[in-house]
Amino acid sequence: MTRSLEIEEGASVEVDRRTFCKLLGGGIVVLVATRASDLAAQQRGYPEDLNAYLRIDPEGRVTIFSGKIEMGQGVQTSLAQMAAEELRVGLDQLTMVMGDTDLCPWDAGTWGSLSTRIFGPALRAAAAEARTVLLNLAADRLGVPLAQLEAARGVVSVKGDARRQVSYGALAKGQAITRLVGEKAVLRAAADFDVMGRPTKRLDARDKVTGRAQYAGDVRRPGLLHARLLRPPVHGATRVSLDLAKAKALPGVVVVEEGDLVAVLHADPERAEQALAAVDARWTLPEPAFDTESVGDHFTKHAPEPEVRESRGDATAALAAAKAAGDRVFDVTYRTGYVAHAPIEPHTAVAEMKDGRVTVWAGTQTPFGAQPRIAQALGLDEKAVRVVTPFVGGGFGGKAAVGQAVEAARLAKLTGRPVMVAWTRSEEFFFDTFDPAAVVRVASALGADGRISAWDYHVIAAGTRAAEILYDPPDARVRASAGRNAAGSLHPFAVGAWRAPGAGTNVFARESQIDLMAAAAKEDALAFRLRNTSDARAQRVLKVAAERLGWRPGPGPTGRGQGLAVGIDSGTYCALAVEVRVDRASGAIRVERVVAAQDMGLVVNPQGATLQVEGCVTMGLGYVLSEELRFRGGDVLDRDFATYTIPQFSWLPQIEVVLVPNDGLAPQGGGEPAIVPMGGAIANAVFDATGVRFHRLPLTPERVRAALAG
Amino acid sequence: MQRTVRFRLNGRPVLLETDDQRSLLWVLRTDLELTGTKYGCGEGLCGSCTVGVDGRAVRSCATPLAEVDGREVVTIEGLERDGQLHVLQQAFVDHDALQCGYCTPGMIMNAWALLQRQPRPTRAQIAAEMEGNLCRCGAHRRILAAIEDAAARGGVA
Repeated sequence: MTRSLEIEEGASVEVDRRTFCKLLGGGIVVLVATRASDLAAQQRGYPEDLNAYLRIDPEGRVTIFSGKIEMGQGVQTSLAQMAAEELRVGLDQLTMVMGDTDLCPWDAGTWGSLSTRIFGPALRAAAAEARTVLLNLAADRLGVPLAQLEAARGVVSVKGDARRQVSYGALAKGQAITRLVGEKAVLRAAADFDVMGRPTKRLDARDKVTGRAQYAGDVRRPGLLHARLLRPPVHGATRVSLDLAKAKALPGVVVVEEGDLVAVLHADPERAEQALAAVDARWTLPEPAFDTESVGDHFTKHAPEPEVRESRGDATAALAAAKAAGDRVFDVTYRTGYVAHAPIEPHTAVAEMKDGRVTVWAGTQTPFGAQPRIAQALGLDEKAVRVVTPFVGGGFGGKAAVGQAVEAARLAKLTGRPVMVAWTRSEEFFFDTFDPAAVVRVASALGADGRISAWDYHVIAAGTRAAEILYDPPDARVRASAGRNAAGSLHPFAVGAWRAPGAGTNVFARESQIDLMAAAAKEDALAFRLRNTSDARAQRVLKVAAERLGWRPGPGPTGRGQGLAVGIDSGTYCALAVEVRVDRASGAIRVERVVAAQDMGLVVNPQGATLQVEGCVTMGLGYVLSEELRFRGGDVLDRDFATYTIPQFSWLPQIEVVLVPNDGLAPQGGGEPAIVPMGGAIANAVFDATGVRFHRLPLTPERVRAALAG
Repeated sequence: MQRTVRFRLNGRPVLLETDDQRSLLWVLRTDLELTGTKYGCGEGLCGSCTVGVDGRAVRSCATPLAEVDGREVVTIEGLERDGQLHVLQQAFVDHDALQCGYCTPGMIMNAWALLQRQPRPTRAQIAAEMEGNLCRCGAHRRILAAIEDAAARGGVA
């Protein structure tokens, strides 16, 4: 039986219930259609089905299916909370199945802090509808009107007579039914929540502390071969010769050559590594056009004409008028470098062909995005490709790229054996889709009344996320050249989404500019911000952060080393107030305290949200203090943790997280916002400590020392 | 060199007939199918592959099998006893001291070795000892708190 559901705007959903139940073994299946606007938000031109499913098996165990994946951000737990809240079952009665293209509803990918915001409402609606169906079934079974029933821990009972009860399992067992529902179920009110909104520890913790948690590299299949691939020495290199004879002569080694794909495989990954060393390939290398130091000039020279992204009044005229009037005008250029994702788990996948189908276990943020890529590479129908996502060992945007999954699938097809492709650390750096280097030029004017009178913002290569004007200059515009993934890319290697893509760059530029104007106006940095923005949510988080830090008002630099910045990302407002100490002799910056005040709307899991803020702050220390990928043309010079330094235990500041209540607003993003103001807050604090303004991230000891000496 | 290597692994004797220059990491993960010990960098720079050898923390990716001949190797799989988490494991759960979890086995084994040697370290000593173990998710604060708590609970066991 195939049932079809027409939903708004013509999108069509088809589910072959028999196939689905065969996969799942029966039970109650609930489908929910999400709102058309959510579809648009998630689909980005892929008009496919978007459904959330859940199943209740005869024993009463509930399985939740989500196309999202768990990479540490904790959505396995927060999605389970949403389902448990609405279904009235315990978290211990739920199993989460995530990121399996055969079993889970389609999803664009796990990024953009969308899981709670967009998938969450659909899941809640499905769970609420399931509860309604079960209560109706229970009313029939018990012969009691619906209004006299209540549900808890997967049992429906008669109010005031708990002996008359029936379990979800018993209800599901007798009547495997399918219901098709729209998103109109009655959701539980925030005031009644007893699972959502409560601090809840991670559901995956036990598996992760025992080593039982499976990542892609932990998948074992009979006859598995480990592959190592021939890689160019630099991006843009051309292979001119290849000699595989020595590798082929090694015992147990399988050698594959198909077009650009040259691989050696062995049951032992170290033997595969040795075989790769026996491959003799020669390359011609392109001339490097620019490097770590000249990238900013290169961008400025070669950036295409900017596009206006936000505008009010006439910023150009206002700046000219300000100059003519003798007002102070600030024209400052900010720069950032390429930053790596550097998840501790490198890209890894295992692929196996069987009966014309390929199954790929991949550490990916986008199993449904990998599916068509693999299908195309293998010449298969998409339905013949199953992508299964085990736990992902960190993504941060980098595992939206699925190259390793395609490589494993191709090799499995070519060898007829299950194949693992596990990138080495060097490959992980080389093939990363970096956060792009960027140049931001801000011209702004300060009126005689101490108000910002004009704002002209131009960002090259980072995109405009979090580049909102935010403050109230009457004449202002935001322009962008060469967005992050622009055709005819300026970049010598791949770039892509990196935890709140470009937002850290933009907020660093904006909040530095605001800060230097506050100092020029001889006004306290907090007071200047509050007076120059009418955005109430921004004002609130700024005040909360500053108060919690014990902000000492006064025009900067105060010598204390306090700094502020505020950013908006994924619908969430986050203000950071920090304290730093600068060692003038070495140039080393020690971040002593970070207070984060975050307004993220209704908070589903305060514990999980706090963890994400702490993670953002700790990870954010890297791009602010040390992380900048060194390169010369297509040559990636940093390829291991010896030279590319990420935050370590000794860097850890005291971190205080304040979740500013805003229950009237639906849940907003949580995985990214707090990393966004890190650059601005720390650079401002360094100015406050030293009186020296830094316009380039990262603030390495060498740069700080040189600037302080100069 | 192909030879017989004998050692104790998580309390049990192991005998392998293999090349003794292979790394302990890949022998654990392939021949012995103990996948809790993770590859992170292959150069001993990230700590995800940390295991205990005679009570000391060792980077298994940089340890040839020959070096553990006759020794006592403990991996993350060896800490749990009869379904009871080790006090360090329990502390990591209680403190939510992990996110993606990939570095977690190495973190716990590094801390385990520290507590073997020094049952009540200070916070600063813990941070210094854990410095070489990398976490990208930023769980550092909770990891330190978990180890401190485990030490207070008598984490040597």
